[in-house]
Amino acid sequence: MTVERGTAAERGTAVGRRNRRPVSPWRVVVRIFLWAMALGWLVPLLLPLYASLRPYAETAAEGYFSLPKTLNFDYYVQAWQGGNLPRHFLNTLLVAVPAVLLTLFFASFVAFLISRRRLPGGRLLLILFTAGNLLPQQVVLTPLYLMYTKLPLPWWMSWPSELVYDSYWGIIAIHVAFQTGFCVFVLSNYMDTIPRELIEAATVDGAGVWRQYWRVVLPLVRPALGALGTLEFAWIYNDFLWAVVLMSTGDKLPVTSALNNLRSVYFTDYNLLAAGSILVALPTLIVFFVLQRQFVAGLTLGANKG
Amino acid sequence: MTPTPTAPPVEAGRAAGVPRSPARRRRRRIGRFTPRDIAVIGLLLGLPLLLDLGLIWGPALASIGLSFTSWDGLGEIRPVGLDNYVNIVSNYPPFWPAVWHNLLWLAFLGLVATPFGLFLAVLLDREMRFTRFYQTAFYLPVVLSLAVVGFLAQLIFSRDYGVANAILGRTDNPVDWLGDPSINLWSVLLLVGWRHVGYVMLLYLAGLKAVDPVLKEAAAIDGANEAQTFFRVVFPTLRPVNVIVLVITVIEALRAFDVVYAINRGRNGLELLSVLVTDNIVGEASRIGYGSAIAVILLLISTGFIAVYLVQVFRREDEA
Repeated sequence: MTVERGTAAERGTAVGRRNRRPVSPWRVVVRIFLWAMALGWLVPLLLPLYASLRPYAETAAEGYFSLPKTLNFDYYVQAWQGGNLPRHFLNTLLVAVPAVLLTLFFASFVAFLISRRRLPGGRLLLILFTAGNLLPQQVVLTPLYLMYTKLPLPWWMSWPSELVYDSYWGIIAIHVAFQTGFCVFVLSNYMDTIPRELIEAATVDGAGVWRQYWRVVLPLVRPALGALGTLEFAWIYNDFLWAVVLMSTGDKLPVTSALNNLRSVYFTDYNLLAAGSILVALPTLIVFFVLQRQFVAGLTLGANKG
Repeated sequence: MTPTPTAPPVEAGRAAGVPRSPARRRRRRIGRFTPRDIAVIGLLLGLPLLLDLGLIWGPALASIGLSFTSWDGLGEIRPVGLDNYVNIVSNYPPFWPAVWHNLLWLAFLGLVATPFGLFLAVLLDREMRFTRFYQTAFYLPVVLSLAVVGFLAQLIFSRDYGVANAILGRTDNPVDWLGDPSINLWSVLLLVGWRHVGYVMLLYLAGLKAVDPVLKEAAAIDGANEAQTFFRVVFPTLRPVNVIVLVITVIEALRAFDVVYAINRGRNGLELLSVLVTDNIVGEASRIGYGSAIAVILLLISTGFIAVYLVQVFRREDEA
């Protein structure tokens, strides 16, 4: 497709020119600086990784920089079981997967209407969604909390509270509400590059709004959806606030909020905490390394208007 | 900035197959919707709109309303005028420290982390070898949850076993990086900056890659040195990125919550406005009106920046 050439997603990561110049002393300095910085940047991640493989008694006695006597995955097993992590990972997936899919679905449709169908009032809608996404969450927190504690849900949707409060539905809804704003904004910019003639042609062929969206527009924005999906997954996965405020049952908390379980009141085993943190960070790290292009494209898609 | 998309195959096909005038008539008809279209739009635009209005704009307005009342969440809602605001400003001990911390947060991200991110982006833009490694290292922290960053902070900054004290050789006379209220904010800012730099670097790098090399060549031919080229030619073209980085910085600083909450629930030197809002509504006290008033103060501060962002973004849209 012609449309896909030179879209924002690709330009964001494209590494262009390749010119070889002789290495000047200045360049050597820059290179050393960059190496030092990059390694320094990795320290806060590598040290916990190292610590998590060693028993607490050993690091306590010899410090974190000593050579290891024992290296094992005991803490990972302990965090996995003691922190009940499988359960909390499942909770996170139950929230993040539907939230990302719904967000992308709604946002792409709204963006299509605003960008390609020139919906009356589209500009206002775009401002409404974009600005809503930028509000600090705390501004909506109080009324949202009150509303959630008053709105009933049938028992099979929310047990045991039978309210929107303490249910996955409530958390999914607020994620979708917030994130749709960002995605509408990004996708409507992206869709501006789709020739209107394509949609006109579909209209002539008798396609309704749904068919134009599903058959014509959606396949064309797939790169952007991939990028946004990756980014949104990481964001929703990383959320901490909504679950802390809008959930009360400990067993239902998503994994980021469950890390506190690994800390007891009297004693904190930092190596265990490190193992837990790394386990919790692992899915986002995997997504990041596997879908790095998409992730970076997603981040820059919003910023550099395509 | 937006390239006008050209679609030769489609255009050509249409021009060959269809005469001109029906095309123009079609263009007028395209704005119309069939009843079925309206049903689809009603549902698929209605739902997200309902969520946006019901869960964000409605509650935001309700916050403003509640901020003028006194309410514990159960009993009667009593209007109290500006009492909450007066109270917060004049005799709520954590308020001014929280404002100050938010401002420091903003200043640190804006004046230290952001320029550093730009600096790294400029270096990386010219560096070809290992650029992938550098980039990955710098923006790896961006994918981490701020809550996880909070937990990592405890490992690094722990008084007795922390890495920071070990590096500085302060094991005999250890510094309590997170417990001492006079320095714990700076320890946290260091980690928050660690994450922010990567994000900023990424945005600027993408912006720099999009700068037309011809501009730089022209400047070089005119005898500009590298610094002049950057500040006079390249940097001005980065204006859109600057605005977005500015807004992200402000929003991050105002929204900050997860890190301090994971460390010590935002007490003892780590008070932030967002934490005070949460404390007032979720805590046992449940002072809804009070919490809302703090939230409105937060809203007022951010509104200005949101407006700047929207103006910038939509003005570009008009130019395009």
